[in-house]
Amino acid sequence: MEAADSMKIAVILIVLLPLVGFITTLLFGKRMGGKAHIVPVALVTVTAALAVYAFGWVFQHQEEPFVWDAFSWIVAGRYHASWGFQVDTLTGIMLLVVGIIGMLTHYYSIGYMRGDGGYYRFFAYLNLFMFAMYMLILADNFLLLFLGWEGVGLCSYLLIGFWFDRKSASQAGKKAFLVNRVGDFGFTLGMFLVLVTTGTLQFAGVFDKAETIGAGTLLWICLLLFTGAVGKSAQFPLHVWLPDAMEGPTPVSALIHAATMVNAGVYMVARAYPLFAQSETAMLVVMVVGTFTAIFAACIAITQNDIKKVIAYSTISSLGFMFMALGAGAWVAGIFYLFVHGFFKGLLFLCSGSVIHAMGGEQDMRKMGGLRTRIPVTFWTMLIAAVALVGIFPLSGFWAKDEILGGAFAHGYYVVWLVGIVTAFLTAVFAFRMMFMTFWGESRADAEVQAHIHESPKVMTVPLVLLAIPAAAVGAVVGWPPEAGWIHRFLDPVFFAVEHEEFEWLGTGGALMAVSLAVALLGVYLAYVLYLRRRELPERLAARVPWAYEASLRKMYMDDIYEVVPVRSTIAFSRFLWTGFDVHVIDGAVNGIARLWGWFGDRLRPLQTGRVHNYAFGILAGALALVVIVGWVWGI
Amino acid sequence: MSPLDWWLLLAMLLFCIGAFGVLARRNTIVVIMSLELMLNAVNIALVAIAQFRAGSQGAGVLFSLFVITLAAAEVTVGLGIVIANYRAKRTVENDHFDEMKG
Amino acid sequence: MSWQDQIGFPVLSVITFLPLAGVVLILVIDLLRRPAARLGADGAVEGAVRRQTWWPTTYKVISLATTLAAFALTVWVLFVFDKSTSQLQFVEDVMWVRRFNIHYSLGIDGIAALMLLLTTLLGFIVIIGSWHYIKDREMGFFVSLLLLQTGMTGVFCATDLVLFYVFWEAMLVPMYFIIGVWGGPRKIYAAIKFVLFTLVGSLLMLVAIVAVVWYVNGQGAGLTFDIRALSDVVYPYHLQFWAFLAFFLAFAIKVPMFPLHTWLPDAHVEAPTAGSVILAGVLLKMGAYGMLRFCLPFFPDAAVDFVPLVAGLSVVAIIYGAAVSLVQKDLKKLIAYSSVSHMGFVTAGIFAAIAVADNAAGMEGAVLVMFNHGVLTGALFLMVGYLYERTHTRQIAEMSMLATPLPVFAGFFLFFTLGSLGLPGLNGFVGEFLSLLGLFEYSHALAAIGALGIILAACYLLWMYQRTMFNDRGEAGVMPAVSLRDISPREIVSLLPLVVLAVWIGVYPNTFLDFLHTPVQYILQQMGPSIESARDGAVAHLIEATKGLF
Repeated sequence: MEAADSMKIAVILIVLLPLVGFITTLLFGKRMGGKAHIVPVALVTVTAALAVYAFGWVFQHQEEPFVWDAFSWIVAGRYHASWGFQVDTLTGIMLLVVGIIGMLTHYYSIGYMRGDGGYYRFFAYLNLFMFAMYMLILADNFLLLFLGWEGVGLCSYLLIGFWFDRKSASQAGKKAFLVNRVGDFGFTLGMFLVLVTTGTLQFAGVFDKAETIGAGTLLWICLLLFTGAVGKSAQFPLHVWLPDAMEGPTPVSALIHAATMVNAGVYMVARAYPLFAQSETAMLVVMVVGTFTAIFAACIAITQNDIKKVIAYSTISSLGFMFMALGAGAWVAGIFYLFVHGFFKGLLFLCSGSVIHAMGGEQDMRKMGGLRTRIPVTFWTMLIAAVALVGIFPLSGFWAKDEILGGAFAHGYYVVWLVGIVTAFLTAVFAFRMMFMTFWGESRADAEVQAHIHESPKVMTVPLVLLAIPAAAVGAVVGWPPEAGWIHRFLDPVFFAVEHEEFEWLGTGGALMAVSLAVALLGVYLAYVLYLRRRELPERLAARVPWAYEASLRKMYMDDIYEVVPVRSTIAFSRFLWTGFDVHVIDGAVNGIARLWGWFGDRLRPLQTGRVHNYAFGILAGALALVVIVGWVWGI
Repeated sequence: MSPLDWWLLLAMLLFCIGAFGVLARRNTIVVIMSLELMLNAVNIALVAIAQFRAGSQGAGVLFSLFVITLAAAEVTVGLGIVIANYRAKRTVENDHFDEMKG
Repeated sequence: MSWQDQIGFPVLSVITFLPLAGVVLILVIDLLRRPAARLGADGAVEGAVRRQTWWPTTYKVISLATTLAAFALTVWVLFVFDKSTSQLQFVEDVMWVRRFNIHYSLGIDGIAALMLLLTTLLGFIVIIGSWHYIKDREMGFFVSLLLLQTGMTGVFCATDLVLFYVFWEAMLVPMYFIIGVWGGPRKIYAAIKFVLFTLVGSLLMLVAIVAVVWYVNGQGAGLTFDIRALSDVVYPYHLQFWAFLAFFLAFAIKVPMFPLHTWLPDAHVEAPTAGSVILAGVLLKMGAYGMLRFCLPFFPDAAVDFVPLVAGLSVVAIIYGAAVSLVQKDLKKLIAYSSVSHMGFVTAGIFAAIAVADNAAGMEGAVLVMFNHGVLTGALFLMVGYLYERTHTRQIAEMSMLATPLPVFAGFFLFFTLGSLGLPGLNGFVGEFLSLLGLFEYSHALAAIGALGIILAACYLLWMYQRTMFNDRGEAGVMPAVSLRDISPREIVSLLPLVVLAVWIGVYPNTFLDFLHTPVQYILQQMGPSIESARDGAVAHLIEATKGLF
């Protein structure tokens, strides 16, 4: 098979080129100074082309995925895991997202990171991230997926803490890794259970046996795997790392914390579709967690003042939407949303980076305003992204969000649908609150900052424009007509059991679509009133319900709870184990035994008087005693 | 009482005098002298038994020769130590020598 | 298979005694170079001798050459090694004490082969690592290192119980001196604690050795100390029970298992860098190696009965070591306690493997963890030592933002930290995954608790890394006061082999796992009947065993 051979080469190169970029940049980047980006950017561009090629291959071979065991990885006992790759349509979609956004972010970073002390380091890490991310989506078994999974986590750690001379950054990086580790704990146990139950970790092998797994075991498997997804995709209650992750440079936020890595959890659950689809309880859990996270994060986003934090909570909310879709059984809609979300959310972040760049590093929206005319390219692209996020016809978000809500409704989860609608409304409010506060009204920045506001260089704005095109259009292209668009046909081989329903323009479907559109427009209008027309209203509103405002502003106190419950208690307990148990009990026993012998010795010391007389008496007494004993024993 | 018993009685008396001297006297030189008494008591016993009991084949006499040699050596070393101690402390009273006290 | 068929000369003896030959050479040259000084205490001559500046370089080069040669030979042995058989290979056998039928016999199986590699590898790495960093009585230090290596190599190669015991004890002496002479402020306490702990265990082991040999002799089989022959004997249960306990205690102290671990932090903190590396890298492995070599095949029934206890203690050790690491203030102590945690994976994997049938993965993982821990923790101790040479402190609170003056150092440090916290793609992950998997097959709950240790590992390691390399105290006073020199080429050379191994095992562990398949199968086969017959628990047998005793 010639096509498969070329795919082998493509897959190998997709994985290896970023790795090569990472190593060379790490070793030689410092010497290249401001030109350190050349190698990594070139390699990532080639990789993106290969990713598109691989997508094209899948496009032609939709029914038979490309599976290739390159070489064995771990052989121990009766278990076996290999460096195996798989490209099916789901992977194809992911390849597109990762390849294109990854490449554009690299270009954008050339401008954004210019002059930074760690310029080469940044590109090295980005390339390492691309390697791990491609590994994650190309893996054909859970273990290799886990390798990419942890690899992207590592890069996230490195890039969040990129400016490690700031305490907040190093803290946030660590937090991200540790919170993800909690999820990985579940994921690892899930893998164990899969392995012990089915004897393999290879997707095809596991899914073949999915129907033979007992219901209880299956539920455990799904829940444990989902724990991993909750960590990686920042779902409640493990979402706390994502807002802090905004400490990283903005391209990182766009690439890792919006468009690619955080989707890994969604991807993994979708990948494990044959397992989840068998367990209704697990699906219910996925849906409830997703739905709750969606509205929970939206409620926080609405009061945040840091432009990146708003987008971060919006991302959490969007990810919740995706899980809501998966859990409700609208599998394709979930992946559809993932696909378009990658583009518009990545774009949103990159635009916010451009805003921050223009404002000289300022991230507080209360000090912005009136930027519409000053940085027009950024403004227009960001407007497209925001409209797409809010889900207004005909931009991308509209189609995907509508399918999710429609799916929830169609499967009878009316409460979920209602929460989704409310979330959509809130999304519209906070997205346009952000837009109005940033771009409209009068400028609230200092005079000095004012003077320096400027549009970003071409190397940053061109990626914005390039990304704005798919952010605007891709939804309609792949999602038309609703419920039966191209993406449905494309993903059919993966989600084989999902049946299609005819979309009724003049029935439920159309009505739901109208409702969601109306709600979005209402939200935008509300934001317009509150943050442009009558700007005293939000403060009065906040004063009316201070507890609600406070809770939202303080992120529902989640960080405070975490600080007390797991963090401090663990440290206190550890301290007790060390100073209490280790030093006093164990070493106390050890040294106590030593002291006991010392005590005995002390008691025996007086016998050793140093006077010859006493010893002579001792000898005599001993001799007599011996005589007596011997005599007694022998009976003399 | 057979002649041997008399000899043994003598040996025992000598031994006890020696032992009493070792235990009771403070002067190290006297202690050493008492030790010699004890050794000689044993010698008497050995020689006497060798004389009155058949089949010893001279072993008793031989032993006493060893003991005499040993006694000589012991006195030499012992007096040497006494002199060294005397140099250090200007005394031969042995209750002043308690450096080995535990 | 004997050495004649395989390599043409008694290679194991050569590997074992090459360092000793180095010691002899050093001492001879040292005597020859000062003939005058030996005759009288002539000050001028002494000064002249001291001014012989070529001498330190010479004995270091001799040390490095002998250890490198030993390493090269080991690599050759591993190439020639026949991985398809569980038989001992490169066997040498010479009668030693005819009266008691004690042999000088060496031989290795796959497990010993890996441990041999680890020993000789770390052997030459610590010599590079200590090159300039010993200030006092330098020659004695290198001589001690070489003697130590002979002892350690002997332990892994010996196939005669007496020979094993001799090497086991002989190794204590140089280690005692390394801690006690070149150590930190509380070195005497630490050295004595280390020796006493180990001695308690080894004396128990000696008693058990005598009991086992006595029993076999009494059965009419004649005196033998051959380990393989003794392990084929089926011992009565009460003997198994007590002898297992004695052997197990000896090895559990060495591993060290909770709650017998408290000698370890003290020894590590006080020991010089090279001592810590060897201690963590090789000495701890001897405990686990001993369990594999003696506790399991000699006393299968008792071992199976002890599984719940040992597995439980291992999991406690994993969590306990990690939790205590979390609150350490001294870098070395932190890594020392993390060793307790990591070695918990080893004992858990070993004993889980004999609890359920067909669970070889756990045991293979355990041996791999042994190897990985030697590589990673050895490297971490080495790096902490290098750091100490620059900052002159090991207190975490006194460091901050070191990644700015020491970027390359920070990179290496991060690499080994990540390996140690089990990042997939590096070696730590493979071993811990397999041994936890083995434990999971035995008990889901225990494995779940053990997996918590992986979270904690990330906590203490990343926190440690953040506090030393990054800024963790806000804006003020974060730059280190003195300008520090980044890692030197010599130090990089000492770390590179470990980097290569960490990646190699992470990406293609089969190179190393292949050595383990047959020996692990061999052990499990010997254990087979005991695993099959599901026994009714240790408590019932304890009563039975005490009855048998009286």
